[in-house]
Amino acid sequence: MFRFFVLNSLTKWGIVVFDTAIIGCGIVGAATAYELSRYHLNIAVFEKANDVACGATKANSAIIHAGYDPEPGSIMAALNVRGTKLAFDICKKLDVPHKKTGALVLAICEEDIGIIEILYDRGKQNGIQDIQLISGCQALEMEPNLNPSVLGALYAPNAGVVSPWEYALAMAETAVRNGVTLHLESEIVSIQKTKAGFQITAKGGMVCEARTVINAAGIHAADIHNLACEPAYTIRPNRGQYYLLDKSQGAQVSRVIFQRPTIEGKGVLVAPTVHGNLIVGPSSEYVDGKNIAVTREGLIGVAHMAHKSVPGLNLRENIRNFAGLRAFSDLDDFIIAEADGTHGFFDLAGIKSPGLTAAPAIAEAAVELLRQSGLVLEEKEHFIDTRRVIRFRELDVEQKILLIKANPAYGRVICRCETITEGEILDTLHTVIPPRSLDGVKRRVNAGMGRCQGSFCSPKVLKILARALGISPTLVPQDQADSWILTENCNKKVPPCMI
Amino acid sequence: MTELICIVCPCGCHLLVDEKDGYKVTGNDCPRGEIYGRIELTTPTRVITSSVPIDGAIHRRCPVKTDCALPKNLIFDAVRQLKEVELTVPVHMGQVVIQNICGTSASFIATREMRWESI
Amino acid sequence: MHDLIVIGAGPAGLAAACAAYDSGLRNILLVERDCELGGILNQCIHNGFGLHYFKEELTGPEYADRFIRMLKNTNVSVMLNTMALHITPQREVHTVGAANGYQVLRAKSIVLAMGCRERTRGNLCIPGTRPAGIFTAGTAQRFVNIEGYMVGKRVLILGSGDIGLIMARRMTLEGAKVLACVEAMSHPGGLNRNIVQCLQDYAIPLYLSHTVVDIQGRSRVEQVTVSKVDGKRNPIPGTEISFACDTLLLSVGLIPENELSSQAGILLDPRTNGAVVYENMETSVQGVFACGNVAHVHDLVDFVTTESQRAGKAAAEFVLGKLVVGNELALQAGEGVSYTVPQRIRISNADQKTDVCFRVRRICSNSRIKVTSGGVELASYPRKHMAPGEMEWISLPYALLKQARDAIEISVEKE
Repeated sequence: MFRFFVLNSLTKWGIVVFDTAIIGCGIVGAATAYELSRYHLNIAVFEKANDVACGATKANSAIIHAGYDPEPGSIMAALNVRGTKLAFDICKKLDVPHKKTGALVLAICEEDIGIIEILYDRGKQNGIQDIQLISGCQALEMEPNLNPSVLGALYAPNAGVVSPWEYALAMAETAVRNGVTLHLESEIVSIQKTKAGFQITAKGGMVCEARTVINAAGIHAADIHNLACEPAYTIRPNRGQYYLLDKSQGAQVSRVIFQRPTIEGKGVLVAPTVHGNLIVGPSSEYVDGKNIAVTREGLIGVAHMAHKSVPGLNLRENIRNFAGLRAFSDLDDFIIAEADGTHGFFDLAGIKSPGLTAAPAIAEAAVELLRQSGLVLEEKEHFIDTRRVIRFRELDVEQKILLIKANPAYGRVICRCETITEGEILDTLHTVIPPRSLDGVKRRVNAGMGRCQGSFCSPKVLKILARALGISPTLVPQDQADSWILTENCNKKVPPCMI
Repeated sequence: MTELICIVCPCGCHLLVDEKDGYKVTGNDCPRGEIYGRIELTTPTRVITSSVPIDGAIHRRCPVKTDCALPKNLIFDAVRQLKEVELTVPVHMGQVVIQNICGTSASFIATREMRWESI
Repeated sequence: MHDLIVIGAGPAGLAAACAAYDSGLRNILLVERDCELGGILNQCIHNGFGLHYFKEELTGPEYADRFIRMLKNTNVSVMLNTMALHITPQREVHTVGAANGYQVLRAKSIVLAMGCRERTRGNLCIPGTRPAGIFTAGTAQRFVNIEGYMVGKRVLILGSGDIGLIMARRMTLEGAKVLACVEAMSHPGGLNRNIVQCLQDYAIPLYLSHTVVDIQGRSRVEQVTVSKVDGKRNPIPGTEISFACDTLLLSVGLIPENELSSQAGILLDPRTNGAVVYENMETSVQGVFACGNVAHVHDLVDFVTTESQRAGKAAAEFVLGKLVVGNELALQAGEGVSYTVPQRIRISNADQKTDVCFRVRRICSNSRIKVTSGGVELASYPRKHMAPGEMEWISLPYALLKQARDAIEISVEKE
């Protein structure tokens, strides 16, 4: 498969030296790479999967939170509020699907009223101007499908929804276009302290040196930390399970509908997605290892809670269930700091909710930490800060006609459910981070994300990918490199043998 | 007495075949069912459908079938014989692909037209 | 402006286009998203097609070929590799294709023949991980029969519908080991002949009243756990069986693909997931007809053909001004019947005989189909054996329809 080779970094006896090595290319790693790529620095990102955003970033609620939830004075609170401001701007600049839908936190019973009042106060303390407490009637007027016995709600107009993997991908692509090198399928197996900084070894043998290391490794952050530093925290993966409902259900609610939060988290929400579906979830349970299975009990629990907010929810219109692992640390707040006793190693760890929202602000904080540690940050004169993606289905008739005239590949619809054309799929293969799997294509252009879940388009996408990558269709994976789809080519001649 | 479901047509009549009484068949709605009931318990046969590789056509496989039913116990041998075949366009409907499958008088024939197509 | 645009060139579209031509239309366009005519029949390389219509046993491609030849004797225009994206109640059809770009076409009548899609894992909320190796049976069929690639070595099949049964045999003949077929209902879903030819012939066990409760595997399926279910399809704890396999094929139902229809404001029947249609397959939008799997899921292509010929003929009559629109009678699904197609009859437009398709809710042996109206029994048809997995049909004579004063109810009564 591909290997991105570093061409222009300083080398010392054949070993490449970076100013900063970022470990992990989920939303935090991608945002940090994007932010750092503004400066004249040699940055490398190491990601263990074969694509960006393969961890929690592709399996979460996809919400840009307003910021009333975190404890005032915490890092989470400050970065949430800052992140919300940055998020919508970045999404506009980098053409990431997003929508400022607004959010409601419902008070269903008397006790909830006190909770939403606390959230209101917190929001005000955290610096959010335009949150309001509204009555049950007002909530029902906004959202007729809510539980009719809703007593009141906290309304936060500045919350929204985003496509989280496209968000990470857009920032990662922009970082790479600005000179960052991305090493996929490069799990870090050792980090040794050296005079100049750190010597980093990736699986597969690549070795490099970096003056500083940023640890954005999600649920693996503690493992990465412990490669170079004294153990300081633990990460307990917490699984959240979801329903994703058909687009026919997408208009059940037009805002993100929360319930009162519990100690475990923000509780089960019901929200429209940027793609027009309805997302319902998550559950919350600690799991061993990397268990992202969806369970019957988990889904029943989500259904039970979700019906309290939207009683008429039709979960039979489910098109996909999924689960993601959130990096809950043993500390209450985000861990954004230089490791104790290991100068130059910075943790961006324990990034659970509101991590997606806070990501660009976390990146700013990381940059500040690097600056304080002595790294010289000189802004580039020419920083590429735009990105445009052709989305056939969003064009008007005239634009569609012209596009197909210019390139007939946009006239071949591959994914029926989402109206995705061959032209768009081929476009992804020309980006700086091309897909290596069917799911990689799905995350970039939505082919396979619709109600038939790839039943129709997957043979076609597979053929296009195989042809473009110059490999046999049997080598195209579903997602990670070993997730083979086809076993063998029926057409190869085999000698007669016992079946 | 053996209970059988007739497979001759989608009706799927429930047959009763008495092996001890000359394979007498009851429960059939038509004469084909009577024949099937007898043959199924003595020398069961099947029509086999499968596909073979083809070069130069719009798809990589050309569907084939046996032109008559073969003894059931030859199914896997027959399919193994297909593994030897590789067709090239043009292929015509009914074209013989393998003659005398496993020494029987049955042949595999193509079940569609396939012409040259640039993919 | 076309006389007729037919959307889909599978067996339904082909039959409708030919029938419309035979009934006098001369400006017919057939739009097909695939690279060839024939639709799903191209990948149905097994036989069992045409026993009723041609009195011969044909494979899918052979059946399609008959109608492709018929089409060649007409002047019907064909646009392959062209997807219909949108239709309006004013009978505009938006299509897109590499060759002709994006077009907004107009037609005096439309026949919807888009077929259906397969029910997915997500629709059933099957728990477990999400590894590679889970396919709907039709997609696996496409890979094996058209693309020429095997999809797995050790296979479990969920659902005993025909597609699953056919794939059990197909995978076995191509060298895979099919471990079992698992069915949530207490009776098989597909035709009995397929249980014999596809499972029994290859000693593949059929587990009735069982369903998949867990899928394990990090990157590829490694294990599937199956459990017995009670009458309400809830898993019974303690009855789990685990299968070490690398592939799970899902044959758990077909859903008529009516995205275009709902966009056009066509009334859909939630029991069939297809359009509500009149006796001649016209939908609630004048001049738009639906036939084949898009109207309701069929078991036998022969009935798709006759139904689609009716639709094509009706489209021609509509365009030529020969349709008589008069009083409507509702056709209701009574005791023991899950749905009827058509759902409405206009007596003034009915032929000598009106074919009514329906499905029963349970297996019925030695019963009779009752046709009543306003409590009065109008006709009765004895049947030895009926099953939900086998679509039934009766022919209502015109004289009978005239007797109906109220809605007509089709029900099933045990003898």
